[in-house]
Amino acid sequence: MATRSYTSRRELEQHSFSPAVALLVPLGAILLQALLPKPFPRLAILDLPLIVTVFFAVSRRNPVAGTLTGAAIGLLQDALTNQPIGVNGMAKSVIGYIAASIGIQVDVENLTTRIFINFGFFLLNSLLLFLINRRLLGHPDFHILWLHELLRAAINTAVALPIFFLLDNTKRRE
Amino acid sequence: MESFFTRFKNVLVLVAILLAQTIGLAVQVRRPVEPGAPDGSSVTLLRYWAVASVTPFERFFHGFGYNIRHGWSNYIDLRNTRRQNHDLQEQIARLRLEQAALSEDAIQGHRLQALLDFQQHYVATTVAAQVIGTSGSDLSRVLYIDKGSKDGLKPDQAVITPDGIIGKLRDVFPHTSQVLLINDQTSGAGVLLATTRLRAILRGSTTGQILINNLTPDSRIKPGEQVLTSGGDQVYPRGLPVGTIESIKPDPDHQPYTLIQLHPAANLNQLEEVLVITGTQPTLPVEAQRDLAVGAATAETQAASAKQLADQQAAEAAARSAAQIVADRLPSIHDPDHPETEATPATPGAAPGGVVPKPLPTIRPDRYTSGTTPPAADLKPGAAEGTNPTTPTNPPGTTTQPPTSAQPPPVKPPKPKPKTNSTPPPNPQP
Repeated sequence: MATRSYTSRRELEQHSFSPAVALLVPLGAILLQALLPKPFPRLAILDLPLIVTVFFAVSRRNPVAGTLTGAAIGLLQDALTNQPIGVNGMAKSVIGYIAASIGIQVDVENLTTRIFINFGFFLLNSLLLFLINRRLLGHPDFHILWLHELLRAAINTAVALPIFFLLDNTKRRE
Repeated sequence: MESFFTRFKNVLVLVAILLAQTIGLAVQVRRPVEPGAPDGSSVTLLRYWAVASVTPFERFFHGFGYNIRHGWSNYIDLRNTRRQNHDLQEQIARLRLEQAALSEDAIQGHRLQALLDFQQHYVATTVAAQVIGTSGSDLSRVLYIDKGSKDGLKPDQAVITPDGIIGKLRDVFPHTSQVLLINDQTSGAGVLLATTRLRAILRGSTTGQILINNLTPDSRIKPGEQVLTSGGDQVYPRGLPVGTIESIKPDPDHQPYTLIQLHPAANLNQLEEVLVITGTQPTLPVEAQRDLAVGAATAETQAASAKQLADQQAAEAAARSAAQIVADRLPSIHDPDHPETEATPATPGAAPGGVVPKPLPTIRPDRYTSGTTPPAADLKPGAAEGTNPTTPTNPPGTTTQPPTSAQPPPVKPPKPKPKTNSTPPPNPQP
């Protein structure tokens, strides 16, 4: 068997998921995201839908699928907030596209790679939300504490790793 | 062209999806008149689907946890009930006394308001609801409760707890409602500073703090001041607690206004049960009027008993003073200047019939004063009076007359009294 490398496309597998998994896992992530902050307010810092978006995008390695998955999860997440629908949809669409594009080029099964891409995507998500609220929606009072966003990215990266390992068991090889 | 679409398929799909969402955002942002208002009809449908798919699970998990918690507390964990009952009884008694003190002021305030024809809105009806979920995002401070339009709820109704205000209803679905918390960035409320009586507008922030940023610097505003609802926004009734001022500093974004940060009266992070104000009225509710009357009656009773006690004490004081005056004028056996002689116990060899009291010391002693007579062995018969003074004893209490002989007898200085007083002793007259 040929040795895998980060630039070798042939050895990188594309994975698919069963329809039940593709539907229930994002819904479960959104449900948990809505339930957990009630008894544990500190858990509002988590972003489980984004973790699931990144996982599906890097696993499928299909930019179109990644974009559509991110859009759907983001729109559903927006529907539960009082923000205009589309804020998280746009952010997660971009992240889904970029994650799938990176997944084509790089082997994302590696633990170090997963740490870096999760941390980077959470910072990118914060930046996109800031730009959408400040520039697109015209909220001049919208401020972000970047130290808090760094902490958010670190915590979500730590939570994402075991979730990725759990969801690896749901993959179907093509 | 086909190769172009095939070549850039991925990017084109991304651009198309982003464009569609941007148009959707533009449509939504254009419609509402003010932030925090409910959505338009087309957007409500999408939110309705999302809420309808998520809230049944939230209700299930909430009900499951609620039944377990209350099953334990209602049937098993009753060992602290008796002590809690006793503590609550004491608290009720204390609150009744406080109510009595405040009810008089409240009644007077209502009379003055009636004179001024001032329309007040009091809480008339409320609906209790349980919090079943959140928005899941800390950029959107929203809660979901288990009551909806079927229970008589409508958008823009105030949501409170006994500690203070929480927020208002934003979207109302048939069996669920969305509560916009006061610390959400799109939230606002009209408030009143309790001490300085300044009116201001309360806003939320992206970091979850509640702020006032429309007041100019004022030295009267100090940390710790209570903030209440003003009633001016027509959402929250007047006088409900909002929070206390935590810090005051210049607002860098809105010069020269100050940025006043508040600590909310209610714990917005851990809410279990809330009350939705479904009706208000210009007069006090019947229950509140009854409580006010009870408080006024209690205050009157307290005042009457206090007056009675004061009268009794005054009468006792008057009686004591009259007795004291009489005692000062009449001679008494016991010398008030020498109380230790009264307290001295009887000597062992005292007469069985009683102890003869000692006479008071003479203010101006002379030759007739007792104790000045020399013993008989020292007297010589036929000696002159100056050398052998023989003076009869004077009864105690009588004043002494100045001597008439040519040679005045030597006047002994008065004995110093053991207890000193503020007034100096009078000088003996020549």
